[in-house]
Amino acid sequence: MSQVSETTVDRPVNTAHMQVSSTNVAIEVIGMHKWYADFHVLRDINLKVMEGERIVIAGPSGSGKSTLIRCINRLEEHQEGQIIVNGTELTADLKRIDEVRREVGMVFQHFNLFPHLTILQNLTLAPIWVRGIPKAEAEATAMHYLERVKIPEQANKFPGQLSGGQQQRVAIARSLCMQPRIMLFDEPTSALDPEMVKEVLEVMISLAEDGMTMLCVTHEMGFARQVANRVIFMDQGQIIEQNEPEAFFSNPQHERTKLFLSQILH
Amino acid sequence: MTDIGFVRADMVDAKPAPNRTSGVVAWAQKNLFATPLDGVLTVLGVIFLLWIVPPIYNFFIGHAVGPGGTVEECRMENAGACWAYISSEMEFFIYGFYDIPQQWRPNIVFVLGAVLLIPLLIPKVPFKRTNAVLFLFVYPVVSYFLLAGGVFGLSPIPTEKWGGLLVTLIISVVGITLSFPLGIILALGRQSKMPVIKTLCIGFIELVRAVPLISVLFMASIMLPLFMPQGMTIDKFLRALVGVTLFTSAYMAEVVRGGLQAIPRGQYEAGASLGLSYWQRMYFIILPQALKHVIPGIVNSFIALFKDTSLVYIVGMKDLLEAVKTKNDTALEWQSANTATTGYLFAAMVFWVFCFSMSRYSIYMERRLNTGYKR
Repeated sequence: MSQVSETTVDRPVNTAHMQVSSTNVAIEVIGMHKWYADFHVLRDINLKVMEGERIVIAGPSGSGKSTLIRCINRLEEHQEGQIIVNGTELTADLKRIDEVRREVGMVFQHFNLFPHLTILQNLTLAPIWVRGIPKAEAEATAMHYLERVKIPEQANKFPGQLSGGQQQRVAIARSLCMQPRIMLFDEPTSALDPEMVKEVLEVMISLAEDGMTMLCVTHEMGFARQVANRVIFMDQGQIIEQNEPEAFFSNPQHERTKLFLSQILH
Repeated sequence: MTDIGFVRADMVDAKPAPNRTSGVVAWAQKNLFATPLDGVLTVLGVIFLLWIVPPIYNFFIGHAVGPGGTVEECRMENAGACWAYISSEMEFFIYGFYDIPQQWRPNIVFVLGAVLLIPLLIPKVPFKRTNAVLFLFVYPVVSYFLLAGGVFGLSPIPTEKWGGLLVTLIISVVGITLSFPLGIILALGRQSKMPVIKTLCIGFIELVRAVPLISVLFMASIMLPLFMPQGMTIDKFLRALVGVTLFTSAYMAEVVRGGLQAIPRGQYEAGASLGLSYWQRMYFIILPQALKHVIPGIVNSFIALFKDTSLVYIVGMKDLLEAVKTKNDTALEWQSANTATTGYLFAAMVFWVFCFSMSRYSIYMERRLNTGYKR
């Protein structure tokens, strides 16, 4: 069992801008299957994410949570079914893949900052070369997001000089600099010391407050309660339960979900 | 007595580190005479140096005949190295059979090369891009026309006449600047997901790497013309250049591949998730890190290439070493006991100076590029 924590941020979450669109679909997954060689990792996944939704994906290790969100920006290839992101269907067509990736930010468990570039260079690389934004403008945007994640003073340092929590905040800022419409989080706090989890969650919550569409694979159940509008539970490559957080935690339906929750909530 | 339940009541301030003992005596005690065995080894070492250093000194300097000396001095009993021979034949060692009145042309090429290369190697000098374009694209063209002639009223000088250090440097510089990008392309191709490209790259690398350079040069100079249409020839010099370049690029590819494999998958994924294209990912993220990891291996290949240029004698070209050998065998007026030895020593020293410079420069670059991981 992965480490599960109940860290919460001690402030009321401002829900003013957290509106879920009833008409605009951000992501649609239809009858999707994926195999690693002969191993059937994802089985018949069907999922519709509306703009502005904040979805937490939970489940035991090896249940396919990470694989699922990695399929959404095609870091992994699916073999059957459809994945449609912002109206673009993901196929082997590289142009479409790049199109989707420009609009979908991703935050990784191990940050994956570029160690040979300064923080500022990490943040401006993609805006300059993918979006074609002039350098000065890209740097101004980068500084704006660094301030937002509260580390503008680190702009000219290298990633290796920052703490884990700071690195993860830089990674979030790096994704935001591309001004994505959707953010994917793949266990963003799992590699962090407990003291640093909070600073990263704080940033994620403020992102949710701005109405960002978010898909988070996480073991932070406190975060799920505070900001998610939907919790998805996966086991053995399948979505076996989904519900609003309140109902999910208080009244789980599936036996596997009950077992999972009984092990992590005390 | 430390109590098992020891806890500090207040935090301790950081103290400066204790002074290191310094001074000659302390140093000697620590490094030379720390134990009786160390003492014995030190004494033995000193005796060995006393035994070996004076004869070497005498040969190279003490009893040597300096530049401007005569052959009679070189032939004297006890004479050391015959540097007079080197200085008197220097022109041949540098230019080979290149027409003597035209030697200003290679001189310009040498000077131009230094003027363009040195600022390129010093990080602080500005205009790197212009500089690189000049060095990589303009300089080779200018050099070629200057050396070969046949245009602008310059008398044509066939490559057969080129020789000595000139040939060694041309082959190494061209070989290094071409095999490096070629090696990178081959390494990337070998990791490609496209089966045709992958197979071609693997095939090329494994074929070229498994064949001795001598046979590559032989094939280039003897076999290649057999496959050429009647009447079409490729300059022998060019063939050797291509042979050396392809040979080194295969090795380079494997060195670079080692570096690519050291880069965690997360770096590729982070680049991809930001929407960077394959070439952007490689250029901005993967290669800068991968190449930094393998600088020692890259420079190793460069040094090997530099020394391997002397193998072009096999196809009848007179590089530095072959020029020295030719003079050793034919300059009867300089014949003495130490003439040939001095000639080869000179060639060795020239090779050493270039290779050692490359090695030092690579160490400097490694330190400079170490930023990413410094804490």
